[in-house]
Amino acid sequence: MSGYLTPGTGAIAGAMSSASPQGRGRRWLQFASPAAFYGPAGTLAALLLPLSLVLALVGLYIGFLVAPTDAQQGDAYRIIFVHVPAAWLSMVIYAAMAFWSAVGLVANTRLSAMMAGALAPSGALFTFLALWTGALWGKPTWGAWWVWDARLTSELLLLFLYLGFIALQAAIDDPRRADRAGAVLALVGTVNLPIIYFSVKWWNTLHQGASVSVSSAPTIATPMLLGMLVMALAMWFYAAAAALLRLRCIILEREGQAAWVAGLAQGEGA
Amino acid sequence: MTGMLAWIVKRDLLLAGRRSADALGSLAFFVIACSLFPLGVGPEPAALRSMAPGVLWVAALLAATLSLPRLFSADHADGTLEQMLLSSEPLVLIVAGKAVAHWLVSGLPLVLLSPLLALQFGLDARSLAVLLASLLLGTPILSLVGAVAAALSLGARSSGVLVALLALPLYTPVLVFGAGAVDALGAGGGAMAHLLLLGAGLGFALALAPWATAAALRIALE
Amino acid sequence: MIWLSFEEFLAIGGYGGYVWGSVLVTGAALALELVLLARRRRAALLAAAHASRRRQA
Repeated sequence: MSGYLTPGTGAIAGAMSSASPQGRGRRWLQFASPAAFYGPAGTLAALLLPLSLVLALVGLYIGFLVAPTDAQQGDAYRIIFVHVPAAWLSMVIYAAMAFWSAVGLVANTRLSAMMAGALAPSGALFTFLALWTGALWGKPTWGAWWVWDARLTSELLLLFLYLGFIALQAAIDDPRRADRAGAVLALVGTVNLPIIYFSVKWWNTLHQGASVSVSSAPTIATPMLLGMLVMALAMWFYAAAAALLRLRCIILEREGQAAWVAGLAQGEGA
Repeated sequence: MTGMLAWIVKRDLLLAGRRSADALGSLAFFVIACSLFPLGVGPEPAALRSMAPGVLWVAALLAATLSLPRLFSADHADGTLEQMLLSSEPLVLIVAGKAVAHWLVSGLPLVLLSPLLALQFGLDARSLAVLLASLLLGTPILSLVGAVAAALSLGARSSGVLVALLALPLYTPVLVFGAGAVDALGAGGGAMAHLLLLGAGLGFALALAPWATAAALRIALE
Repeated sequence: MIWLSFEEFLAIGGYGGYVWGSVLVTGAALALELVLLARRRRAALLAAAHASRRRQA
């Protein structure tokens, strides 16, 4: 049972063979230790990455080789197969970040807070990609690289929230403090996000009236919707894998003094 | 309870009074920033009149972020903040008191000065009144929400810029409804909706922000 | 198959620049993220190895 608490491969082996009556619950709880989760995180990522690639290929096939040309927007609309999934992901990742922040604050588990920190750069990247592809969609369709419509402007503010989170964690030297401060910020941001979106929507309808909305998709035909969903799933799997890989890096950096890390390093011939 | 609140407000006002250069500095920044916009955009009266609410509001936001680091830094430096955390008085109350004092020192002077600046932009009387009301309702929100950002950045590196980076995105709804109130007047819709929303925002901020700030302070000082 | 030729596929109805600009930048960004993560992992392991060597010394 003492193997339950020591980090490294021993912990996993110990848990697997645990004969305790609470064995099942304990077995999952012990993954709350960063060291114990390092291995499984890698396995999970190794599963998710090829899956995401396959899904992406399927999605791109549907989007570019099956879905018909749109009557209003011509073929420029095909950008939605990356733009919409990226925007969805940027929001899903923020929700995940907020969730893990809350768990980390309430349960005081290190790994949850580290996961929130691992998600942030991926979220920021997807937000940027949503804005980039949004601009490339807006130019041929509505003639402007940027329109101040509610969705794009909210997406821009979401990017600022991500950057603020990353900046805060980078500016605090003590890792635990950085985790907890970031968690509070993520939750404050979550409360603010609906308010921000509502205010931007309000602002937009007042200033533009019958506004052009970059996000108003053409009448969705089934192959188009299917393509978007498959691409969204592909990006989701990718984002989860990337976050897990980043989590592994964070674990290595934080636990750098531990014996099991040194063992890993020597094993890799570092 | 109100005794503690009043005491904190009085104490912070006294301390701010001794270091009056700080508060006057952010006020001066507000005036200068407002004056820069016409220099950058051109003196055309109609353009300035339409820009006025936005410019004044953005300048108010920036002035607020400049004054935020001062909220906790002095007390943090001499150990008073730790004493406040350890005291039997609820931290939420202390934080709320500090935010009120911050508004009295940094927000209210801005509000009182804004009519003069609005005249520079050629704003008419009715718009001026609405702008004043929006600033009166909005600047306390800036102090309350800004306190959260200030507490989070306490002791962090380059905390001045960090506070601004954290606070400004959170400020955008206040900006939208504050500046929008005056624009709504011009569009004939009436500013009541905006002002009511600002009022609601103030209530919301009063209820939640001190709590988040206290949590952030505890994290910063553990 | 909706495109009659490979050239048509590349041009995407005249919007090729925008569409491929989106898809390729997205793909490149995500691939870059993975590369950077691999480098970060190697750096962390290196730092850990150095630290342990210093402790043993």
